[in-house]
Amino acid sequence: MNSVLKLILDGEALDTAQIGRILGLGAEAVERELAGLRQQGVLLGMRPVLNPGFESEHRVRAVIEIKVRTEGVGGFDAIAERISAFEQVESCYLMSGGYDLLVVVTADNLYKVAGFVHERLARIDGVQGTSTHFFLRAYKKDGFVVTADGSGRDRPSVSP
Amino acid sequence: MDSSGRFVARHVATLPKSGIRDFFAIVSKMKDAVSLGIGEPDFVTPYHIREAAIASLEKGRTSYTDNRGTQQFREEISRYVARNYGPEYDPETEILGTIGVSEALDILLRAVLDPGDKVLYHEPCYVSYAPSVALCHAEAIPIRTVSADQFALDPAALRAAWQPGCKLLVLNFPTNPTGGTADRAKLEAIAKFAIEKDLLVASDEIYSELTFEGDHVSIASLPGMRERTVFLHGFSKAFAMTGFRIGYACGPAAVIDGMLKVHQYGIMCAPIMSQEAAVEALRNGRDSMLHMRDKYRERRDFIVRRFNELGLKCHLPRGAFYAFPDITSTGMDSMTFAQQLLEQQKVAMVPGTAFGAAGAGFCRASFSTSYERIHEAGERIARFLDGLPGR
Repeated sequence: MNSVLKLILDGEALDTAQIGRILGLGAEAVERELAGLRQQGVLLGMRPVLNPGFESEHRVRAVIEIKVRTEGVGGFDAIAERISAFEQVESCYLMSGGYDLLVVVTADNLYKVAGFVHERLARIDGVQGTSTHFFLRAYKKDGFVVTADGSGRDRPSVSP
Repeated sequence: MDSSGRFVARHVATLPKSGIRDFFAIVSKMKDAVSLGIGEPDFVTPYHIREAAIASLEKGRTSYTDNRGTQQFREEISRYVARNYGPEYDPETEILGTIGVSEALDILLRAVLDPGDKVLYHEPCYVSYAPSVALCHAEAIPIRTVSADQFALDPAALRAAWQPGCKLLVLNFPTNPTGGTADRAKLEAIAKFAIEKDLLVASDEIYSELTFEGDHVSIASLPGMRERTVFLHGFSKAFAMTGFRIGYACGPAAVIDGMLKVHQYGIMCAPIMSQEAAVEALRNGRDSMLHMRDKYRERRDFIVRRFNELGLKCHLPRGAFYAFPDITSTGMDSMTFAQQLLEQQKVAMVPGTAFGAAGAGFCRASFSTSYERIHEAGERIARFLDGLPGR
């Protein structure tokens, strides 16, 4: 794996100058690497991972299972791409199993999610049914444990 | 006024306290300090191993075990050691579960040393070796290892240090604090000398999985050595299990028997939940261990490069998770350097002299910490060095 990418994926908060120093490259070289990864479509973007406890003070998140009919509507891709275009949609996956698409949405409140489901999703040709589940509490997000477990808290700062 | 000091035994009263304690006292009260003084993994024990301890408690397995450790624990150790180090040990008579390598070494010394016996060990080394020997009323004889040799033990230096009355040779490769290792050729020469002088060898291989360059070779695997070597190992470093306090000794039955006597009267047995967690580590811990080793190696490359960029000459440690830069270019001794760096820039490094006189002119920097902290420490050390007169 690309060394810059590997370091970013470790999840430490490092700027490009720091990454450059760690890898023995200049900050400019790191910028070039990142630009290359974006161009290749490997790196879609970089966002901080927020504690949903804070994020959700004003936002709700829901996962929506969607059952679709593909005949006459251009197949899974066409429907999935249409759904993905909505700004409320955080992620969208084609799934195996009891439903076809899994969509994660965020909105300001519960009513806006409900509105999105019945006014937007349900009206898309090919959507046969939806099942919406609201996130209540996060315990782990993007590899980060959300609940404070105090691990390492008592580790002595100097030891033999 | 506490006058109870008069009750303390002379050989304990005269024992110097660990040079690390003073630093710990200062750093633990200091806000915003960046510590490179941590001698343990910064990873939490992999969850599958913690889960094994939880399951053990849930099943109500809270009893004593056999003094040597559970049968299952010893059998897993036997398999692991044979697979990774070579020698085969009988779980019934040649393996003893202990409270980490610290206890294993302590009971070995107490089991084999008579007052006045002499023990050879290489310096700089882990802080407990010489004091543990002194507690047995025996004499510790250091053998200096040097940076130019990447702190490997020179067989010629071993020969020169030997004197009549030497009974035991303590080895620790990879070495805390230098990251020194010993290749097969060096170990063969050391083994030959041990046989010639009829030395028992205690080989502390706690960092062996964290070998970054070349293959780790255990001296116990060399011809003629199994019968005169006690192989000491544990779970703290490779599996990030320091708090579990679990380790083991493998060796010839009569020596293990002697250790068992000290162990059964002093300790009884290692905690059962730690033994069960250790079984899980031995069976399924390899992937997590390799992941952690890769992380240490990457951080090592960065910190060593950084020290050299800053003009603090630093050899590439071949194992363990410590860099050991030479700080003599600053004109300071180890203790002054460490104290001033801590006072001025709030970066904690352990003075090399905490690991014996051979550590003079060096400081130990643990890279068992995040990139962010290593990077920040590097910036602060750069500022510290810039502020020194004549630089």
